[in-house]
Amino acid sequence: MANIARIPVREQNPKKRVTNFEEVCLGYSLEEAVAEAARCLNCKNAKCVGQCPVAIDIPAFINQVKQGEIAEAAKIIAESSALPAVCGRVCPQETQCEGKCILGIKGEPVAIGKLERFVADWARENQVDTVTTQPKNGKKVAVIGSGPAGLSCAGDLARKGYEVTIFEALHEAGGVLVYGIPEFRLPKETVVKSEIENLKKLGVTIETNVVVGKTVTIDELLNEEGFDAVFIGSGAGLPKFMGIPGENANGVFSANEFLTRNNLMKAFREDYSTPIKVGQKVAVVGGGNVAMDAARTAARLGAETHIVYRRSEAELPARVEEVHHAHEEGIIFDTLTNPTEVIVDDKGWVTGLKCVKMELGEPDASGRRKPVEVPGSEFVIAVDTVIMSLGTSPNPLISSTTEGLEINKWQCIVADEETGLTSRERVYAGGDAVTGAATVILAMGAGKRAAKAIDEMMSA
Amino acid sequence: MQMYKIVEKINLAPQIYLMDVEAPRVAKSAKPGQFVIVKMNEKGERIPLTICDYNEEKGTVTIVFQVLGQSTIDMAGYEVGDYFTDFAGPLGEPSEFIYEDIEELKQQRLVFIAGGVGAAPVYPQVKWLQQQGVQVDVIIGARSKDFVILEEEMKALGAQVYVTTDDGSSGRKGLVTDVLKSLVDGGANYDHVIAIGPMVMMKFVSKLTAGYDIKTTISLNPIMVDGTGMCGACRVSVGNEIKFACVDGPEFDGHLVDFDEAIRRQTMYKTEEGRQMLAAEKGSHTGGCCGGKH
Repeated sequence: MANIARIPVREQNPKKRVTNFEEVCLGYSLEEAVAEAARCLNCKNAKCVGQCPVAIDIPAFINQVKQGEIAEAAKIIAESSALPAVCGRVCPQETQCEGKCILGIKGEPVAIGKLERFVADWARENQVDTVTTQPKNGKKVAVIGSGPAGLSCAGDLARKGYEVTIFEALHEAGGVLVYGIPEFRLPKETVVKSEIENLKKLGVTIETNVVVGKTVTIDELLNEEGFDAVFIGSGAGLPKFMGIPGENANGVFSANEFLTRNNLMKAFREDYSTPIKVGQKVAVVGGGNVAMDAARTAARLGAETHIVYRRSEAELPARVEEVHHAHEEGIIFDTLTNPTEVIVDDKGWVTGLKCVKMELGEPDASGRRKPVEVPGSEFVIAVDTVIMSLGTSPNPLISSTTEGLEINKWQCIVADEETGLTSRERVYAGGDAVTGAATVILAMGAGKRAAKAIDEMMSA
Repeated sequence: MQMYKIVEKINLAPQIYLMDVEAPRVAKSAKPGQFVIVKMNEKGERIPLTICDYNEEKGTVTIVFQVLGQSTIDMAGYEVGDYFTDFAGPLGEPSEFIYEDIEELKQQRLVFIAGGVGAAPVYPQVKWLQQQGVQVDVIIGARSKDFVILEEEMKALGAQVYVTTDDGSSGRKGLVTDVLKSLVDGGANYDHVIAIGPMVMMKFVSKLTAGYDIKTTISLNPIMVDGTGMCGACRVSVGNEIKFACVDGPEFDGHLVDFDEAIRRQTMYKTEEGRQMLAAEKGSHTGGCCGGKH
């Protein structure tokens, strides 16, 4: 069995998909899923499970798929994950579950992510009820932020009988799943909205337009609004800039702004009022998943798009699949290239990005080889739009308005790794607000652990 | 889904409207100097607007806006009983004086300069100070008599109000800087100038007060999307630092703000806006601007 090749997953043709915002990956059919599941060796001591931040019983669900029992597979996943349709799409499986798959040693690992996605989509389309809830216990928990951390924490607590209210700063729930990750990787209507609807069915209340720290404080929630505990899952929302000359020119955007206009505010759709500026030629500075998302969005809006990254392609922090898709869609990779200045015309608009060539030196603290400038290698890329995708840091709105809430020098909330408990009693935190920008699944894991800890604290 | 009902609408001046909106959470937390983001409907833009007043008891927040782009044209079409789908706030930092010692404030001489619709964000600051027993002066500048707003309301608070118009149809003829200059030259010993209005006005007020060495605070209204520090569209150079107007401001030291850059950044989406307005005239689009307008 082990030597059967991995079943390829169908994708939209690159030439076609770069003209639309529909999902790139089309997913497995039932037959394809069953065939792929049959490749799994059902290891006794499965290494994949230990690599999953929410410890899904992977061999068990794949075994159900193998037998065509998709509803049963969905129930097994639901025991551990609140957002399988999301994680099946955006988790970095190659470094987690699939990274330790025995089949991966000599060939290709089982496509665990694609199988998870198939099961979740099938369960949604066939309205499989995976929800099990305990009776209401009369205790109230406030969850700040409706991204992956908040949603998974809220879901687990609601199942345990807690009365949960999620407070979301924006006008729509979903956090980074809605404002950050584009439609072509994660469909909003079919996937994200339905996951959020499932939470509402569990009895979770979502209050939008509440900017905690401004509209209401953590202390007011605890002392005036009767919440017994608070979970902070407010993410890492503040964009970083390079600090190079010309960065405030018209035509320089943060990836956050560019993606929020397009994803949350739906600038790509004619029937929405949101303006977006993409220009003819775009440079996206950075090499992470967000940079790939921004570049592929710019390409879909019609621009010639460059990724400008200071290390080589091997060091790109983005998932291999995203880099591969970007290449297929015609994104030009200017690697070993570092911007030094945004060139601006007399009206203050971008006309180019001055860069210097880099070469790789000794490995730095991150273990990656440190890029060093090549003297005299300055050159200009003619562009009319620059998108800065250099990472994000946590927003201080909550930490600065909550007395006694400890933060570290990166503005991240200090929280116990196992429980999420902060320096304040009854206040828990998890996800990017604690770790700095990371992944959806790590945030979900933190949300789940905090839910467990909150339940234990309240039951004590 | 919570909705935000319009309970009062007043046409203050040509193309300038005041609305009271039910938003109890915002009404409870709002302070002078802060703003809100309003979204009219599912497909609309997030529009940053000045808070002109707030009433915790009634749970209402007063906003004032000028019709400038497609979104504000649409907004002016909303009537009492209609709802906004979204109303988020209060956003930004409150005016710094609310943290100061009242007795010390009473010793200071403060003058507010309100240009056009800028009178709206000035109003809650004057109200707060006058109610604390701090006597302030207010210079209101407008194009003509019809465009002078909130003059009687400021007077009713006990503020000393000076009006100036471009055409002299109300108060004296000329610019707000002329009034400030004659007051200062006439012996008014101001410790602090707070100027809110068009960018060009704030720029020239700041230039004038730099010469007099009077501390000056201005309030910016840049383009923004989320209003919580997430998009960075509202970034502004203040001294040698880059600040986000939505979370670090909207009020800044007028002597440190790079006004030319800020003015330039406001034009970012002008072409898109124009295109959308043209499309709207043809009846095919409900577009607008993402430019924050007080």
